[in-house]
Amino acid sequence: MLYYIFRRIIYIIPISLAVSLVCFMLVHIAPGDPIDAMVQPDTPQEVIDRVRAEYGLDRPLPVQFGVWLAKVAQGDFGTSLIKGRPVLPDLVSASGATFILACTGGLLGFVLGCVFGGLAGVYRGTWIDRILLGTAVAGVSVPHYWLGMVMVIIFSVNMNLLPAMGAGPGGSTEWAWDWAHIRYLILPSLTLAVIPAGIVTRTVRGLVSDIMSQDYITTLRGKGMRRRGIVWHVVKNAAPTVLAVIGLQLANLMGGSILVETVFAWPGTGMMLNTAIFQRDIPVLQATTLVLALFFVVLNLLVDLVQTAIDPRISRR
Amino acid sequence: MSTTFSNEVAATPAATRKIAREDTYWRGVGRRLLRDKMTLVCGAILIVMTVLIVFAPLIAPWGPTDGSIARRLKPVGTPGHLLGTDELGRDMLSRLLYGGRYSWFVGITPVVLAFVIGGGIGIIAGFAGGKINMAIMRVTDVFYAFPSVLLAVAVSGSLGAGIANAIMSLTIVFIPPIIRVAESVTTGVRNLDYAEAARATGAGPTSIVMVHVLPNVLGPIFVYATSLVGVSMIVASGLSFLGLGIKPPDPEWGLMLNTLRTAIYTQPLIATLPGVCIFLTSVCFNFVSDGLRTAMDVRA
Amino acid sequence: MAVQPLVRARDLHVSFVSRDSTVKAVNGIDLDLVEGEVLCILGESGSGKSVTLRALMQLNPKGKTVMSGELNVAGNDMMTISDAKLSAMRGKVVSMIFQEPMTALDPVFTIGQQIGETLMRHEGIGYREAEKKALDLLELVQIPSAKRRLGAYPHELSGGLRQRAMIAMAISCRPKLLLADEPTTALDATVQIQILLLLRRLQQELGMGVVFVTHDLGVAGEIADRIAVMYAGRMVELGSVTDVMAKPLHPYAQGLMGATVHAGNRGKRLTTIPGSPPDLRFPIPGCAFAPRCQYVGDACREHVPDFRYPAEGRAVRCVKAEEVAAA
Repeated sequence: MLYYIFRRIIYIIPISLAVSLVCFMLVHIAPGDPIDAMVQPDTPQEVIDRVRAEYGLDRPLPVQFGVWLAKVAQGDFGTSLIKGRPVLPDLVSASGATFILACTGGLLGFVLGCVFGGLAGVYRGTWIDRILLGTAVAGVSVPHYWLGMVMVIIFSVNMNLLPAMGAGPGGSTEWAWDWAHIRYLILPSLTLAVIPAGIVTRTVRGLVSDIMSQDYITTLRGKGMRRRGIVWHVVKNAAPTVLAVIGLQLANLMGGSILVETVFAWPGTGMMLNTAIFQRDIPVLQATTLVLALFFVVLNLLVDLVQTAIDPRISRR
Repeated sequence: MSTTFSNEVAATPAATRKIAREDTYWRGVGRRLLRDKMTLVCGAILIVMTVLIVFAPLIAPWGPTDGSIARRLKPVGTPGHLLGTDELGRDMLSRLLYGGRYSWFVGITPVVLAFVIGGGIGIIAGFAGGKINMAIMRVTDVFYAFPSVLLAVAVSGSLGAGIANAIMSLTIVFIPPIIRVAESVTTGVRNLDYAEAARATGAGPTSIVMVHVLPNVLGPIFVYATSLVGVSMIVASGLSFLGLGIKPPDPEWGLMLNTLRTAIYTQPLIATLPGVCIFLTSVCFNFVSDGLRTAMDVRA
Repeated sequence: MAVQPLVRARDLHVSFVSRDSTVKAVNGIDLDLVEGEVLCILGESGSGKSVTLRALMQLNPKGKTVMSGELNVAGNDMMTISDAKLSAMRGKVVSMIFQEPMTALDPVFTIGQQIGETLMRHEGIGYREAEKKALDLLELVQIPSAKRRLGAYPHELSGGLRQRAMIAMAISCRPKLLLADEPTTALDATVQIQILLLLRRLQQELGMGVVFVTHDLGVAGEIADRIAVMYAGRMVELGSVTDVMAKPLHPYAQGLMGATVHAGNRGKRLTTIPGSPPDLRFPIPGCAFAPRCQYVGDACREHVPDFRYPAEGRAVRCVKAEEVAAA
């Protein structure tokens, strides 16, 4: 078992390297010279050459990659071209904000999804199932940035109940768990929760419905188990897959929150990425993408390990 | 003794004999589809939308960029502007119709491309097996390490705005999942007994692929691809919403949502109209895709 | 004083209704069983034997099943019983063992847990005590290294051990009636005999009534007191195992005996029954076996033959019974 865990963790290394490579290459697939983003259009050639040498852009690509990778490993994520200061601290605080949003939205989505999906699976084929499934499909079909706008219209513009933008009063970026801050969290996390709720509902529904048609459910009925007992069996059978899906969705939320963050001006990694793209701030773009992708990789690993731990059918050798 | 069989058949009334006749698979699929009202309704909506979009130049009362600031943000139902005007005075109805052309194009093309490219690679991987399979799947895993929105935004952000770049980045995003589905379905079919039976009768690899494998794998891969169209449209419009993708003043539903954001305080209904279109398209595609999958599922 | 029968069914009908069709799986059967008796229901696939068995504890799928007739199990009217009482009966008064233990046992719970939960449900004991009793049961069904096996998952056991575990689970609360749905069909031949002997021993020790469903004559011969032969949802012959096997009266039963390898057939050619069982979606006017019967006459095709009682404890649904008997 330990050997399996060890092997699985080791597997991360080539994946992470490959992911880093893709992030690094992002810059270089861009049309034009990266230099153009950093200097004025009419700078004399020798200044350009000097800047190029300074940033190591005159060396061959594999060397550049190696240098960048080495720096990242030491915690130096480069310096923002626009702000002129190191990327890392801003990245950390932005990641924190996104993490809060993603976890809240995720939690809401998963709870809703499990409840709806469980009900739909048990009552499969009835009107309850049809309504819940329809809601789930609508949930995954909705463009969440549009939904965010609609929520803002209803709750901010019309009812003036909740704020439309930002993560704290007065545009502050410091987080605190008080009502003044939480009211900024409500709309964005609800918006974010809709898609995972839909996905989890469909997954749980399919799983539960499958499980309910298994022979061992007939055995359980045949030995007189009460409803509570049967539900426990269903839950334990569904748990490994549901947890895997939830883990994946959480990772997706972290990486995919950019659109919702844009709508609500939430100061997270999504906004950071957005700004970096428009300002052609290459180091920030690289660093943010890398961090988000690596987070995804690590979360996938955790999901894998948890699934192996709780499902006795998976061989551990 | 054998004459007793025909007695049995003769004894059953003609009506019941009709049920007993063998149903082909596709006839069964068609029958189930026709019974599924939700899928039919959504399919009809999609067809209507397709017609509206294709014939936009003939139907739209105004051009997509005609407008004057003087007529900005007129409400729904204004004479001459059925759905009002946007923040630059352009007719919403016309822009929605023309915008549909862009949105649908950028939404559907990547899925089609990914279906062809990804499906091809996946089928090859599944059929070849061994080292080739491993190599292809490992590379796919790397791209799977990125959440799709992130990858689309990052690639698009690097390449720059524009339709071609948006389509390219979305295609890149959708190729890995299709490869996975194609590979897994092909491997499943390849190992099934009837493939072995074909090999045992001396059929060569090409004929096995054409006759046995392809017809059986294209179906599930196609159904999976249709389920991606909804997502593709949302992400494609999302890219425009962020400013990547279609450039103004060309109309596109996501872009329109972005430029209308300031109007949510004055004309909230108009501001949400493009999103309604995206939502409607996506929902219908998803229901149709679900319906297809249920109809093709023999076990249900 | 008449002995209260354990099972009494009269004119039992079971149909499955779906949007496409209605399948009349069981078309009016009568069944009697007293305590301590072993009845074997013999028939092919599609004869309705499993459906009959499950009907005895109302285990057929709830939405689709339509039942009519009279059914009384251990003094309870099964047609009007409440859900709560039914749930209390199952596992305690009447228990069932299934054909395929790999799918009938929950793969993510140990067999100790699955046996234990039955005990906890019906006897109201706690987990520790249930575990101890489960251990005793495993030893009763002769599972070696029982203590270690308590914590084993179903996929970690061999087919024979899994079936023993399922038997342990079924008898855990000392039921009066045990229903067995082809419990040995999925096992190897050598293991089959062991399980049959185990079942016979347990039946004698616990004094259970057993209804045993199978398509295998040899199994029936090994374990049954009485045999009921089913065809197309009806009982066609009933009698003690020795009588029916030595001298079958119904043409179908005759065909079955002739088609099986056993000592009585030594030196003779095996017979076959031409044709195949009827489609139960369509109602059959006369005797269901008529299309395949070599003694068939016009009367057979017109209406369903009634039971005839040629001897004490023997019943046969055939108008030509005497003719067949002479053959």
